[in-house]
Amino acid sequence: MEQTRRAMATRVPLLQFMLKHRALYLMLVPGLVYLLVFKYVPLLGSVIAFKDYNIYKGVWASDWVGFKYFYQFFNYPQFTRLLWNTLIISFYQTLFAFPAPIILALLLNEIRSSVFQRSVQTILYLPHFLSWVIIGGLGYMLLSPQVGLINQWAAAFGYEPVHYLQEPGYFRSIIIVSGIWKEMGWNAIIFLAALVGISPVLYEAAKIDGAGRWKQFVHITLPGLLPAIMLLLLLKIGHTLDLGFEQIYIFLNPITYSTGDVLDTYSYREGIIQGKYSLTTAIGLFKAVVGFLLLLVANRASKSMTGQGIF
Amino acid sequence: MNIRRSIGEKIFDTVNIAVLALACITVCIPLIHVIASSLSSTNALIHAKVALWPVEFNLDNYKSVMQNRAFWRAFGISVFVVVFGTLLNMLLTVFTAYPLSKSYLRGKNGVLMYIVFTMIFYPPMIPVYLVVKEVGLINTVWAMIVPVALSQFNLLICLTFFRSLPEELFEAARVDGMGEFRMVTWIAVPLSKAIMVTLGLFYAVFHWNSYATSLLYITKSSLKPLQLYLYNLIAKSDMNEMLANVIESTTKLNPQGLQMATIMVATIPVIIIYPFIQKHFIKGALIGSIKE
Repeated sequence: MEQTRRAMATRVPLLQFMLKHRALYLMLVPGLVYLLVFKYVPLLGSVIAFKDYNIYKGVWASDWVGFKYFYQFFNYPQFTRLLWNTLIISFYQTLFAFPAPIILALLLNEIRSSVFQRSVQTILYLPHFLSWVIIGGLGYMLLSPQVGLINQWAAAFGYEPVHYLQEPGYFRSIIIVSGIWKEMGWNAIIFLAALVGISPVLYEAAKIDGAGRWKQFVHITLPGLLPAIMLLLLLKIGHTLDLGFEQIYIFLNPITYSTGDVLDTYSYREGIIQGKYSLTTAIGLFKAVVGFLLLLVANRASKSMTGQGIF
Repeated sequence: MNIRRSIGEKIFDTVNIAVLALACITVCIPLIHVIASSLSSTNALIHAKVALWPVEFNLDNYKSVMQNRAFWRAFGISVFVVVFGTLLNMLLTVFTAYPLSKSYLRGKNGVLMYIVFTMIFYPPMIPVYLVVKEVGLINTVWAMIVPVALSQFNLLICLTFFRSLPEELFEAARVDGMGEFRMVTWIAVPLSKAIMVTLGLFYAVFHWNSYATSLLYITKSSLKPLQLYLYNLIAKSDMNEMLANVIESTTKLNPQGLQMATIMVATIPVIIIYPFIQKHFIKGALIGSIKE
């Protein structure tokens, strides 16, 4: 009752308001239509995960099959492999690639010569601007057994050449190392900014109290950096299943599927190339649901630990 | 005043400088190796003589790239996507952010929810593909532009910036009879030049570097952008190496020098503008992090 009354009370002025500011509302239209067509419509279209999608019948007329494709996917022989690969690579990223920019920022922070500091930054930011395809090419030139620089140097010490790119055992290391190589410098920017934000008064006070650089680091720098670290760590956890399709796909080949094939690359191959639309949409939905749950968990954890959530 | 450093501190400072220098060297070596390879003869490359300096220096590889029509077509497609993609991106970003920056706009929060919702729940790959197909974009150059016409994240950055502009300016313009569309182009955008440049560069680098969209939506070889062209080139050399286990001689199959020259030519635009754009990007990354 009350709601309808309130709606009645505001309806007329709202219309007038919109009419008066129609230019502003008009401006919103293209952006919102874009989101409608390329985000909301595909979200609705995800119902094909519960249907036997047939190209000729289209999304709506195809037959409902319930959870058939989810069962099929969970019972797939590859299911455990795909999920395990995704999780383990994500875990390694969190373990190795996540702390790298923090350490870099801390080291840079201790440098006194600003010229040296700036030169290091300029060089380390550069790889962020190279595409994964280019980095794939660089990786090939380093790791190929024929022309690869690493094999060339190893040969100088009498080692046999190794097919790094075609050896399942090396795949995850290559992903982690190339990820660090590309993004370490760039991701350090946020931590450097957090370091700059620490009040110099704290350091002055510590110096007067006789704290050396190590003590200052432990009691001022590290606590000052902690909120930024926590926030980014939780965001990373929320994106556990998103590994970066472009990176994995450029290094992946049939020989390394056993250690490197992840949910995204499999979805692309089976979905786009093989045309298994319903199955791969089911995989995508599974990924989205798990991702959302992780985000909720991460947010809850963040709130209880730092008193601040992502949303 | 120079405070005397303890021996421990001196050791730390030296090690610190050494570690950072090593990190820089690690970043540079692959790049130098590729440059050296692209300037070396095929013969030197096959016998793995090239490390960080060109062996049997020549420019043949670059000459071949310059004459490669397929390469330049891909290059042209990439330039087209960067120019028109970024233009569309900026139009949508600015015109969506501007009304939302008005605190008095009714329904603003609803619209913001509508936008943020798509950042949390994003659709899987296949339904998006089906929409792109349905709209008739598959195998057109627009498939690389329209489906990625707006980044919600950049939109929020732009919105934060517009909010900081003083409303009095727009009030005064309104009194003078200026329309909202003209206010965007003549007041809002010129006052936020720095953030416009940053966002434009974010978008442009994304378009130049991305290959996922073209991998999904482009199968016609005449429409393949540069990154996809390079992808095929590199994937092929990987395949050739697999074949090389069977076939011993791959001299004809392995023009690595040519590939490296191609990679270099594709990277040069980024490296040339890098010093100019670096500071803008850092600014953008920082605004982005505040937003987070």
